[in-house]
Amino acid sequence: MPKRDSLQGSLDLLVLKTLLRRPRLHGYAIMSAISEHSGEVLRAEEGSLYPALHRMEEAGWIRAEWIKKDTGRRARVYELTAAGRKQLLAEESRWQAVTGAVNRVLRTV
Amino acid sequence: MSLWSRIANALRPDRLSRDIDEEFQSHIEEAMAQGREAAEARRAFGNTLRQREESRDARLIRWLDSLRADTVFGWRQLMKKKVSTTAAVLSLALAMGACASAFRIIDALLLRPLPISDPDRLYAISFENTGMDGINGEYDSCSYPMFLRSREAVKQQADLIAVSYADRTDLTYGSDRDMERAHTQYVSGTMFPLFGLSPAAGRLFTQSDDITPGAHPYAVLSYDYWWHRFGRDAAIVGKSFRLGENLFQIVGVAPASFSGTETGTVTDIFLPIAMKNPRTIASPDNFWLRSFVKLRPGALPEAVYDRLRVTWRAVQAERAAGFVNMSKANREHFFAEKILLQPAAGGRSNLQRDYKHALGTLAILVALVLLIACTNLANLMTARAAARAREMALRVSIGAGRWRLMQLVLMESAWLAALSSALGAVFAWRSAPVIVSMISPADDPIRLTLAADWRTLAFGLALAIAVTFLFGLIPALRASAVRPASALKGGEEPHSRGRLMHILIGAQVAFCFLVLFVAGLFEGTFERLSNQPTGFSAEGVLDLETTTSPAQPAAYWNEVAERLRSIPGVEKVAIAAWPLMSGEASVDKISVDGAPAGDIMSDFLYVSAGFAGALKIPILEGREFLSSDFNPSVAIVNHAFAKQFFGGANPTGKWFERSGPAGKRIRIQVVGLIPDARSRDNFRRAIRPTAWVPFQSVDAQNVSQPKARGAFVVRTAVGDPLSLARVLREAVSRTRPGFHVANIRTQAEINRSNTLRERLLAILALFFAGVALLLAGVGLYGVLDYSVLQRRREIGIRIAIGAKSGDIARDVTTKILLSLGLGALAGIGLGLAGARYVQSLLYEVKASDPHMLAAPALGIAAVALLALLRPVIRAVKTDPASMLRFD
Repeated sequence: MPKRDSLQGSLDLLVLKTLLRRPRLHGYAIMSAISEHSGEVLRAEEGSLYPALHRMEEAGWIRAEWIKKDTGRRARVYELTAAGRKQLLAEESRWQAVTGAVNRVLRTV
Repeated sequence: MSLWSRIANALRPDRLSRDIDEEFQSHIEEAMAQGREAAEARRAFGNTLRQREESRDARLIRWLDSLRADTVFGWRQLMKKKVSTTAAVLSLALAMGACASAFRIIDALLLRPLPISDPDRLYAISFENTGMDGINGEYDSCSYPMFLRSREAVKQQADLIAVSYADRTDLTYGSDRDMERAHTQYVSGTMFPLFGLSPAAGRLFTQSDDITPGAHPYAVLSYDYWWHRFGRDAAIVGKSFRLGENLFQIVGVAPASFSGTETGTVTDIFLPIAMKNPRTIASPDNFWLRSFVKLRPGALPEAVYDRLRVTWRAVQAERAAGFVNMSKANREHFFAEKILLQPAAGGRSNLQRDYKHALGTLAILVALVLLIACTNLANLMTARAAARAREMALRVSIGAGRWRLMQLVLMESAWLAALSSALGAVFAWRSAPVIVSMISPADDPIRLTLAADWRTLAFGLALAIAVTFLFGLIPALRASAVRPASALKGGEEPHSRGRLMHILIGAQVAFCFLVLFVAGLFEGTFERLSNQPTGFSAEGVLDLETTTSPAQPAAYWNEVAERLRSIPGVEKVAIAAWPLMSGEASVDKISVDGAPAGDIMSDFLYVSAGFAGALKIPILEGREFLSSDFNPSVAIVNHAFAKQFFGGANPTGKWFERSGPAGKRIRIQVVGLIPDARSRDNFRRAIRPTAWVPFQSVDAQNVSQPKARGAFVVRTAVGDPLSLARVLREAVSRTRPGFHVANIRTQAEINRSNTLRERLLAILALFFAGVALLLAGVGLYGVLDYSVLQRRREIGIRIAIGAKSGDIARDVTTKILLSLGLGALAGIGLGLAGARYVQSLLYEVKASDPHMLAAPALGIAAVALLALLRPVIRAVKTDPASMLRFD
């Protein structure tokens, strides 16, 4: 697997979608879920997930909370806000529009 | 998350960093819990530092974060050099405090609008004329008939409001024994409605309180007076007091914010203008009130002015027709007078007229001192920034932007400005009232509202910001323009920085010279005015200004004077209509040998027997008044009188005429001659021809005339004449019922009160001159010390290869002496140019007098010598061996 950022431009969308299905995940779990559901195809530098999470948190799409895990360690878990749901719909339809357009080009040329 | 959390995060960045780090850490641990290798997990995570920076930037406000960091850093920089920081803060605080103090007083006296509706539509009428002695005069009094004509002329566009001068008058709420003084002011009934004021209690005047002379005996109290005199007694409305012949009923209290239109005086009692003495109201020649003009919305001041001017010219022409035997020059002078219509949003008072110019001048001096202090700080900051050139270069090399470096240095300046502002605010808060009390006559203090309102705060803030940029900007620009390559090599061109410092030093010396020069002019003026001979001895003399109700015959006045003579400690007692130099005067035209009266007027003083003795004025020829002398019959005249009307010959035994009732002339014989003694209040004018006539007078039927007011002039033999005040006051009212001492002042204090403005200017200007000199000395020392430090290697080499001490001393001081010389020259230029502006405040001192220029030059030279001595010695004593080893 080449170590390159294959998530360019779609990280926000994937994070939001993941959190819609499974609320209250911490960063590692979000990353694992994306990686797992994409069949290990979509990967990023693991650390770059966090600035994205924090940016979305600032934008008000997701909210975070520190919890204490069974192991005794603290973890920061994220869940979607109402604004986040709206954003997800917008991102999703944008993604569909773009991929649809790209596909049309691939088919016709 | 919100803006607030981002602000909060910017203010506690450490906590945010910990938070982020903990999250990263929990990620790695989670990875390890999933069975991954720690090293592999870390690698997969990527660059922690970069991720953290990115996260931080997302979660806080970046500029706020950098601002905070620079604020903390700036504070640490200041604390590293506590001594120089303290000195800088103290000098800047003094200058800023003085500025704020000046602003408070100027704002309170001149700028702040009256608390009335639409103050910007309020104007005042005044008149301007050049006096016969060439002194430009402005006055703003009108007669009531003139006011009525003007009001009629502009009634379509504006409303006129007549307001008399706020007078201290004796009145009583009970018996005559309980007389007290209050500032009363006669005002048009329309004043309160036009000002849009509503009463705090009862009612205010309306137009209907101002119709028939003598028929509206009502009074409105000011809130301040209601509070201090009556403790805000709710039952005040309906109470009455007696003032002169009239019984006034209190109908209401004015709102708390409004204290009259005479800025500097708080009016206690407002009375309807119709209640003024009917003779005064009717007289076209009695000028006793100010005319305010309230423009209607949309009316143009120019149009109103044109109408006022036409009306006034007509009034003038009518008055001139009544003048007989007026000389051509006098007539021309009379018609040369101009009417003015000036904005009066800030009210109108003599205090404003007298101090506008003086306060403006002081404000300029204070601003110069502030500039001097700022120059010092600019040099200090430049030197400090230069010492940190390598640090700056390093910051640039690792990617700091120019703006960020400027911010770094500016924050340090902002700290200095903030600390100085805080200290300066305390200084301004304490000093402004002191200055106001310095110009207040002791018996009638000036009342200015020195509120710490938003105006003062806004000024303080603007000042702090301006000051920060004034001394911080240049060092900041220099620091940010650092070139890493050369600075890190240790070779930033030191000469260009030195040049800037020397220019600043030159400017500083120029400003300092200017302040010293102006201070010298004011000091000289005060010296000359207060050392002017008065021609009488004020020492130990008390003046008891006394009123009676009703008027009392002269015999009773003499009886009281006789009683006072028997009090231990009293040497001599005489009576005068008013104390010498208290500002009152009576003038009349004189004719000699039946010739028509000329233009030159004579002053008249009404004095009893023994007046010359009480004030130690020698009788040169003839005799003193006797207790049997009655006015009009005899007079004692002064030198100026004898010179003016008798060609300098001995006038005793000769006759002159003055005007009497119903146009008749009265013949008076001169019985004595005295030297020139000052009776008017203005020290700047020459002593005028003066005739004393007896205090006791008879009318045409030879019936003695009772007197309602006068002053007992008491010469005491005690150290502090005021210690007798209580005894004398009681003796007066106990000897004869109806006599009441309204005011006791020493003659010395009355004399002093006529130079209060000059005294204030001299004291403050000298104080600021001292501060300026001190600051300039510190500045010179600092710059030379710094340049010696910068050049110590070069000096070391020179000494090592045989330079003599004299050469080194000359070498290190050449530049600074040059900027000193150029600065002093610029200062002379500024001084000569600026002296014109203060000319009207000066007396008998000339700006072009070499004396006046020499003193500041010597002062600066002496301070420069002191300041430069140490750094020069240090340069000369440089030890080449240790210097060359140094780097």
